[in-house]
Amino acid sequence: MSEIKMAKPRTLYDKIWDDHLVHEAEDGTSLLYIDRHLVHEVTSPQAFEGLRLSGRKVRHPEKTLAVVDHNVPTTDRSKGIAEEESRIQVETLAKNAKDFGIEYFHERDKRQGIVHVVGPEQGFTLPGTTIVCGDSHTSTHGAFGALAHGIGTSEVEHVLATQTLIQKKARNMKVEVTGKLPKHSTAKDIILAIIGEIGTAGGTGSVIEFTGEAIRDLSMEGRMTVCNMTIEGGARAGMIAPDEKTYAYLKDRPRAPKGALWDAARRYWDGLHSDDDAHFDRLVTIDGANLPPIVSWGTSPEDVMAITAAIPDPDKIADEGKRQSKWRALDYMGLKPGQRMTDVELDVVWIGSCTNGRIEDLRNVAKIVDGKRIAGNLAYAMIVPGSGLVKEQAESEGLHNIFLAAGFEWREPGCSMCLGMNPDQLKPGQRCASTSNRNFEGRQGYKGRTHLVSPQMAAAAALAGRFVDIRQS
Amino acid sequence: MQKFDVLNGVAAPLNIVNIDTDMIIPKQFLKTIRRTGLGKSLFFEMRYTQEGKELPDFVLNKPAYRKAQVLVAGDNFGCGSSREHAPWALLDFGIRCVISTSFADIFYNNCFKNGILPIVVSPDDLKKLMDDAERGSNATLTIDLPAQEIRGPDGGKVKFDIDPFRKHCLLNGLDDIGLTLEKAASIDAFETKNAASHSWL
Ligand code: SF4
Repeated sequence: MSEIKMAKPRTLYDKIWDDHLVHEAEDGTSLLYIDRHLVHEVTSPQAFEGLRLSGRKVRHPEKTLAVVDHNVPTTDRSKGIAEEESRIQVETLAKNAKDFGIEYFHERDKRQGIVHVVGPEQGFTLPGTTIVCGDSHTSTHGAFGALAHGIGTSEVEHVLATQTLIQKKARNMKVEVTGKLPKHSTAKDIILAIIGEIGTAGGTGSVIEFTGEAIRDLSMEGRMTVCNMTIEGGARAGMIAPDEKTYAYLKDRPRAPKGALWDAARRYWDGLHSDDDAHFDRLVTIDGANLPPIVSWGTSPEDVMAITAAIPDPDKIADEGKRQSKWRALDYMGLKPGQRMTDVELDVVWIGSCTNGRIEDLRNVAKIVDGKRIAGNLAYAMIVPGSGLVKEQAESEGLHNIFLAAGFEWREPGCSMCLGMNPDQLKPGQRCASTSNRNFEGRQGYKGRTHLVSPQMAAAAALAGRFVDIRQS
Repeated sequence: MQKFDVLNGVAAPLNIVNIDTDMIIPKQFLKTIRRTGLGKSLFFEMRYTQEGKELPDFVLNKPAYRKAQVLVAGDNFGCGSSREHAPWALLDFGIRCVISTSFADIFYNNCFKNGILPIVVSPDDLKKLMDDAERGSNATLTIDLPAQEIRGPDGGKVKFDIDPFRKHCLLNGLDDIGLTLEKAASIDAFETKNAASHSWL
């Protein structure tokens, strides 16, 4: 009698990896097939230039989608882009897309937006696929049960030329978020808490799968927020197994499969989950049921605390390099150990980005600011939708009227002040409550000071002119 | 790509943890459509005033380190944005090797595509190398890739690990795309198989 050999239990990551393996060398160096490739204007010019110099073609133009997002002004764009270098970069992408036969959403196309908002919106992002982009927040797409990660420009060129990527397999890490989130805590608080727990290098060399009741309960928008900031925890990618919510989000999107192909895809997607006994190299558990609203105080996304907490004292850190770095962060931020963020005045509130620039985020903000006014001490408060379609949806629901009446600026879609490559930037010393993902020195403008929070916390902060504990308001 | 074999050069100490790619090369320099010319803007915010005047205290502005070829840095070097402008800026300045206790994944990958060798060492070894680097132009490090060894000014040696494939590519200055295209038949076969099993893609 032949023995039935049980297949080794596999994680979601293992399964997607196995299904995309083109070649594996003895030392584990692997060639991984790439199903989907997103391109934006900042990290692609040198890749296309490389192709031209070596006389290479794009192997599968239809598997790449190009969109401008980083450089575009968020004011009226009908008259073009004033800033010359930005304009050249945008024009370069337009030309490259045309020359190499790649579909391209230009700055006046209503489908234009931040690349990580656009991919899912178009149904370009699908479960079980491998997705790359020359942008670290490509991890966002993992929310759909895809293996998605950022790559460098040389790798962009490699993917364009070969539709593959040279990789070594990462370790499997599981982060389980247990319980039901309290009323005022959000996906953003989940991921900030996780980064605070594991540190910005905590996920290095790993792919994280997020599981647990609090993750399952999240909308697709919320799941994207969590996966988006996986990179801030150092992991190569983050992913969440697909379920009915995933399918409901994708059904009938322009690039999603239709009819019989949709049914075939569904059958395949239903197998996309970690097997019960699959091995994870590391397991981290976060108590979702007792998660407070979180705010960052320093210049690294691991510098986070509960809104009610006091800023920690760097002198309690044993390691000299770390201690000095945290002092440097406090000095940069103009803060002191023991201070509470609720006591510090803000100058700017910025709502948007691939972390929190989707429709659900805007609806949550609208609920809080409806019928109220932003505080007088703010220089301004700005809302930048993640894409033209998000903007259109928000306007059809009348959200923009709520924002404008409350004193917010309502802008055209793009990356905007998440990194300030366009004119939206903090001035030196300005302190900003931001729904983006990085509080690095200078990220939002030279010597600007960024505090990362959820859209709800940012909205409440805009009304008060300082951070508040939204559980009390 | 430039080959990397044995390098003997001045090592600059940068004892800060979590140096992100925004610090290595801030956004205003990402508008270029070329790979070269970024060296003068490397570490811009730490290196210059907003008006572009050199800050004399920053390590790469000190006479001893202006020609540094090695950087010794704190944990988690290169975290954050995937911008390959970071290794391009390092290379354009003249840095061919970065030593730390850990690197962010994407940055680490990007280095190899540009002939830069990132070396992971233990916290104890980093401390030692940081002390060596503090001695400025009197203290050069030898980075011997074939022997996988760092040799300090006092004869101290630190062994390091490196993936054999990456080592091979660096030693020979090989272009990844060329290597992958040699496997075109495997890619074709994969695509044929996939068209059947993943018709919905
Ligand atoms: S919104 Fe910010 S993080 Fe997202 S892609 Fe744009 S610049 Fe990057």
